[in-house]
Amino acid sequence: MKEREDWTEIIEAKSSFDFDLGELFRHRDLLFLFVKRDFAATYKQTVLGPAWFFIQPLLTTIVFTIIFGKIAGISTEGYPKIIFYLSGIVLWSYFAECLTRTSTVFKDNESILGKVYFPRIIMPLSIVASSLVKFGIQFLLFLIIWTYYFFKANTIHPSAYLLISPFLILLMGALGLGAGLIISALTTRYRDLVFVITFGVQLLMFITPVIYPLSAANSNFKLLIYLNPITPIIETFRYVFIGAGNMNLLNLGYSLLVTLLILILGIFLFNRVEKNFMDSI
Amino acid sequence: MESVIKIEELGKLYQLGTIGTGTLSRDMEKWWARMRGKEDPFLKLGEINDRTKSQNENFVWALKDVSFEVKKGEVLGIIGRNGAGKSTLLKLLSKVTKPSVGRIKVKGKIASLLEVGTGFHPELTGRENVFLNGAIMGMARFEIQSKFDQIIEFAGVERYIDTPVKRYSSGMYVRLAFAVAAFLEPEILIIDEVLAVGDAEFQKRCLGRIKEVSESDGRTILFVSHNLGSIHTLCTKALWLDKGTVKQIGTPGEVIKSYNQTTIENAGEFVRDKDPGNKPLWFERIYITDWKNEKKSIFLHDEDIFIHYEIGNNLSWSDNPYNLFCTILDENGQRIFSAESEVLKDNKTVLKIKGNMLVRGNYSLETFIHKPMVVQVDKLKEVCLFNIVDNGSALNIHGDYDYGRVFGNFEWKYDN
Repeated sequence: MKEREDWTEIIEAKSSFDFDLGELFRHRDLLFLFVKRDFAATYKQTVLGPAWFFIQPLLTTIVFTIIFGKIAGISTEGYPKIIFYLSGIVLWSYFAECLTRTSTVFKDNESILGKVYFPRIIMPLSIVASSLVKFGIQFLLFLIIWTYYFFKANTIHPSAYLLISPFLILLMGALGLGAGLIISALTTRYRDLVFVITFGVQLLMFITPVIYPLSAANSNFKLLIYLNPITPIIETFRYVFIGAGNMNLLNLGYSLLVTLLILILGIFLFNRVEKNFMDSI
Repeated sequence: MESVIKIEELGKLYQLGTIGTGTLSRDMEKWWARMRGKEDPFLKLGEINDRTKSQNENFVWALKDVSFEVKKGEVLGIIGRNGAGKSTLLKLLSKVTKPSVGRIKVKGKIASLLEVGTGFHPELTGRENVFLNGAIMGMARFEIQSKFDQIIEFAGVERYIDTPVKRYSSGMYVRLAFAVAAFLEPEILIIDEVLAVGDAEFQKRCLGRIKEVSESDGRTILFVSHNLGSIHTLCTKALWLDKGTVKQIGTPGEVIKSYNQTTIENAGEFVRDKDPGNKPLWFERIYITDWKNEKKSIFLHDEDIFIHYEIGNNLSWSDNPYNLFCTILDENGQRIFSAESEVLKDNKTVLKIKGNMLVRGNYSLETFIHKPMVVQVDKLKEVCLFNIVDNGSALNIHGDYDYGRVFGNFEWKYDN
């Protein structure tokens, strides 16, 4: 048979790494629609609706202020407790949400993923995007309170490095995505991990200076806290906005490096698992 | 005509072992067993599956050595019994999972309709869902936009388009979902059993739409259905899958005929081969005999048919609320009639179907044990196939003409 072999696509059992950015770009509408679906799903049934975005971090901040600030008496280096905790919590919850939601992405979307094909990575990316929107709203809340302290003399000392804060947020999201992807790839095989995640994220929070300044870190855990790539991100974030702690470019560079490694490993593992996960779920 | 799909030695291997494991503790056990030089404790799982096996008992070929081509504009119907590999084939074609060996070459965009309404979210409005569903199936925003009015009109939900779909009736929901799919314009469309839903009138419109699409636009369609009737009317070619391999490919008439023949050959009886699990009642064995108690699967049209049930149980029988329900299906899987009875203790229940009831053709049983309106405990579909041969009824002279499935209970009157 004389036929031109101009197949547009060949589906075969290749195991090589393929990450098609063009295909991803063609599906950008889908990403947007998934984000939209996410919001509708979360808040259409609740009475307060999107107000929960504000209430959640505010309540946590108040609880932390009372428990860690008043009762346990953990130092905030003399900075106002509310803004100190809020700055940590807002950024931390962005990371935690990216991580936990990405890690169950296969299971949560089994019904869609089992029926149609689209670049699988769209799904975790949409999680990071919708978490970013949520973060944006919470960040607004933070900015409002921050403005109040800004004009109240001698409480906080923002630095000109404020301009790098988008980079910090990006780093946080990438780290959450990367770690989430690694875990999602592992959970398709080890379901048990799902139960460990919530607990693990909590533990991780305690070795991250969210509720305490780095300077108050317990010496027994100091190494662990310093090795944690999230530490410099939160420290820097706090430094540029309120002046607490310090900023160390070397530490930040370390965070960037680890983030990149985790993200690449995550994409690699996800890519390996996505082709056959339907057989094992 | 040029080929738009070319499948070469396609195979999909399922690993039974890891489906059974999937927990860290079991993997540790496996590892520990290996360390001590013992046999993997979970390797035995594969043996109960009687599908085509590879050398290693732990693997099952859901599809093996499948090669065929589909030409542009063809409507290919895929038939085969449950577990023959139909769904696996569609999953591979729609890229939901990857093949183990072989390749599928494709020319053009594929869209698959393995289930209508994939990704529909109840909280979103009809409009939002159309866009979401379309995007999931690979349509760009402007494409959906340009067909939006047609989609809504086809589904007949104009008035409710800005209402969340959770308020839709199930009929509206399905119609909207199908409409999105029907207006996708891929070069190749894969459809699985979607026509089992919706009302009769809508089904007809769907079938019409499929025909229209393939004829006028020259699009290629792959169609899986249990309904041999719609395969016959819609498809230009049929493929019969059996135990993961291609048994026959040809015109729908030919393929359906030989498919029906072989199903008759290994017919007539159901014997449970799996552990019933924790069911309170289950079918142990069902077989069909004539009045002399002789097992057979071919009957004359005026012969009585006896369906024998042996039912296993785990009940205390103080007050048994379970019923046995039996439906006779024709060769297209359409229900002819049903009979229901209580399940009695220590009884071999026999259902007698009187002669002169069913016309010539192939039949099977769909049967289940249930607490009416509460729960079904064991269900079998398309078991105990049997065939009825016309032994000279009044309608016999009409040969193959389709004069229905049953001999009517009627008489003519002539008043002068």
